[in-house]
Amino acid sequence: MRLVNWKRNMPTLEQTTDEILKLAATHFKVARERLSPEDDFFEKLKIDSLQALELLTRLENHFRVELPDYEMQGVTSFRVLAERIQSRL
Amino acid sequence: MKKHCGQALSWEMTDGVVELALRREPLNEIGSITLDELEEFVEELETVTGQAHALIIYSRLPGGFSAGADLRELYAKGRKLPTGERVAGVRQFLERIHRVLNIVDASPLTTIAAVHGVCFGGGFELALACDLIVADKMARFCFPELRLGLIPGFGGIPRLKRDLGNAVVRDLLLTGRSFNVQKAQAIGLVCQVAAEGEALSIARSTAVQIGKFDRHTSVCTKQFIKPIPYNELRREIETFCALFARPAVEEALRKFAESTDRQPYLP
Repeated sequence: MRLVNWKRNMPTLEQTTDEILKLAATHFKVARERLSPEDDFFEKLKIDSLQALELLTRLENHFRVELPDYEMQGVTSFRVLAERIQSRL
Repeated sequence: MKKHCGQALSWEMTDGVVELALRREPLNEIGSITLDELEEFVEELETVTGQAHALIIYSRLPGGFSAGADLRELYAKGRKLPTGERVAGVRQFLERIHRVLNIVDASPLTTIAAVHGVCFGGGFELALACDLIVADKMARFCFPELRLGLIPGFGGIPRLKRDLGNAVVRDLLLTGRSFNVQKAQAIGLVCQVAAEGEALSIARSTAVQIGKFDRHTSVCTKQFIKPIPYNELRREIETFCALFARPAVEEALRKFAESTDRQPYLP
């Protein structure tokens, strides 16, 4: 019996992180080159809690996933954000 | 209806459509100033029911519809009072806001909330009093009250129970999580999704459509399908006040009001 690889089309963590960085750069008007995966997105994007919710909504819309905000508690780096998204793709 | 422009609200009527705009910085927190003006608004509203067919409620602030009750005011007003007086003050506020929202809920006009951005707590409850919720793609809904050791107090639970399935209501209340417009539409809360920044224009075109129907028929239909859950609304006030009397709630409010955390809405 051949097992189906359900996740074969799933983006890698690096790809997801890169998409997040592009999306954040576009919507918060920061040069993409200035953003890296380990950055604290609050500091790098200069956003407040309200804008963090906006980022969350944009990510949900872009990746078509649900990200409960309690899972975002304490999350500040783009890479961890990408991990949270990966776990719901 | 006279055009009005207050500190927290403005309203006007054009071609049978009343528009109520929320405009109190930072994000339309509902405190005593907003409540005073809401009371003034519903009095005015009742005088124009023969001339209007729809009411649209929307926010003029870019951040969203409303962040909910003004918790900082709630904390500041009550913090030096003995528990009995604190609870009496909050009860009086709840009685007043319930009266306002019950009038909106039962209004013979067809009521539409045009939502963008944050629609949390008391703001969500204001939207729930409306017949229809139109929301844009960036709208986000939440009942965060349990994070403070409270329940929604502006009629949210009975209206959610009336409009949605019980399992969905449990999810929204017991997790306190915020959710986006796709989820809101999937569970039947939002009737139309608009492009970013377009909720008001969609609400306006919906109001024009509503105006084509016979008013008496629309009013009869609304009365038939949208009962006001008065008994449960009363129970909600009692439950809220009982919870509010606990020291843990005062402490949670203090933490929220004094928080400098980057995510103060997360406990």
